[in-house]
Amino acid sequence: MKDKYEIIMAGSGGQGLVSCGIILAEAAIIEGQNAVQTQSYGIASRGGFSKSEVVISRNEIIFQQVQEPDVVLALTEQAMEMYATIESKIPVFYDTTLLKTRVGDNLYGYPFTELASKLGHVGTANIIALGAMVTKTDMVQIESLAQALKRRFSGKVAEMNIKALNTGVKLVKNNN
Amino acid sequence: MERETRLVQGNQAIAEGAIYAGARFYAGYPITPSSEIAEECSKLLPKVGGVYMQMEDEIASIAAMVGASLAGAKSFTATSGPGFSLMQENLGLAVMGEVPCVIINVQRAGPSTGLATKPAQSDVMQVRWGRHGDQSIIALSPATVEECFTLTVKAFNFAEKYRVPVVLAADEIVAHMRENLSYPAPGELEIVDRKKPSVSPEEYKPFLPEDDDIAPLAAYGSEYVFHVTSSMHGYDGYSNNNPANAEWRVAQLHRKIERYRDEIVMTKTFDTEDMDILLIAFGATTRAARAAALQAREMGIKAGVLQLLTIWPFPDKEIAALGPRIKTVVVPEMNYSGQVAGEVQRVLGPNIEIRRVNRYNGTIITPKDILKVINKE
Repeated sequence: MKDKYEIIMAGSGGQGLVSCGIILAEAAIIEGQNAVQTQSYGIASRGGFSKSEVVISRNEIIFQQVQEPDVVLALTEQAMEMYATIESKIPVFYDTTLLKTRVGDNLYGYPFTELASKLGHVGTANIIALGAMVTKTDMVQIESLAQALKRRFSGKVAEMNIKALNTGVKLVKNNN
Repeated sequence: MERETRLVQGNQAIAEGAIYAGARFYAGYPITPSSEIAEECSKLLPKVGGVYMQMEDEIASIAAMVGASLAGAKSFTATSGPGFSLMQENLGLAVMGEVPCVIINVQRAGPSTGLATKPAQSDVMQVRWGRHGDQSIIALSPATVEECFTLTVKAFNFAEKYRVPVVLAADEIVAHMRENLSYPAPGELEIVDRKKPSVSPEEYKPFLPEDDDIAPLAAYGSEYVFHVTSSMHGYDGYSNNNPANAEWRVAQLHRKIERYRDEIVMTKTFDTEDMDILLIAFGATTRAARAAALQAREMGIKAGVLQLLTIWPFPDKEIAALGPRIKTVVVPEMNYSGQVAGEVQRVLGPNIEIRRVNRYNGTIITPKDILKVINKE
């Protein structure tokens, strides 16, 4: 396990990227790690480029934002253009329901949105993606994410999010 | 008592810090990037017997805050650039009326409505000089979510102790950032309450300072009936145009901040014992400066950081004390004109090299931006 993880989640407003970052950061804190979540967005609440960043570390987090990402999630073509050709060949996850398929050793395309629809709510695509990214990188434990989801949601919504999380975990486990 | 740790947003920490400090009245008009403070207050204040009021605009907001404070409640408001501009007139009233209160200005990129969702540190001079007439102000600037909480508590303490308005000059980065906050337990941080009159209502003079230069403040609606005016006034609060009185009053408004400047001015140093180059930073930019200084040390450049937690009164003494140790100063700030760099130059004189790092396009200053300037020959 690394001392520090830097995560970028980029797409468009309304795709749940900020919520996704908050849940990841909360999971890190549940484990006793430090976490900082930041975001950048325009004046529209839906649409427009949106980015959520998370830094997780066992030490003090001095600079609050990502300097060298360890993993990227891209949910729009615009976001993918920005990160697909990143030099360091870190894992870049993207949604093949929304984006055209690309070829590359470090590119992980999964139909997050389609899988979310099958689960019953298209809004859980972000959580499926989170499950996949965390399984690939071991940034936090899946149990901590599940706990963070249970704190945030209750009843059927919590159940659906846990299902989405596990769907993401299986995506990576079954493809390795 | 064990501290509870949670992921908390800067704006939320400001609202919670205010309530911890004893604030029980908030009047505001929501504006990005400060709106979450209003949202939190609307949820939290009623639970502690406090009052949340959404006003029709920022002028009414600050007026309501001044009134509530005079009635005895620790009061505050929050806004951003455009709203802070509207508040200047009544902020002047709060200075002149010696009304304890806290104004949160979460700075965003301007001019005017500018880039509403993007960060800036371009109101440093407006915070200091935004009002007409010659007056002084206390302003603090947090770099972390924890400082959002603790500096808000400090802001209320200063307001109450010195009978002054205090500005918390945050920025969009720290206000919207979420990070782990370990909450101070109740009673862990010092809380200051305003001095009450010890004389009878008949003898009470609301603007007569005691030996400590601070006048006790009674509450409107109590048996102490008194007058507060924005015009020049005597000890009793009624208009007084006598030059000797005016001269004494203007000096007094400055003096009570000057006298306590050592208690008010707060700074932090990082690796300044052994350095050739000093980075002076405030607000969220402090974090980029600290990261840059550490990276510079890895490259063999001895860099240190001075963080200004208090930006007004300006930390002249603290900066001057570090002056003899250095040849070069770097001042990163999210504005065009180098509002803090200019002050640093004033303190250190024309013979020291001040390298400015300015960003004014709504994006943040990164450690890389600062390193580039450190490395410049």
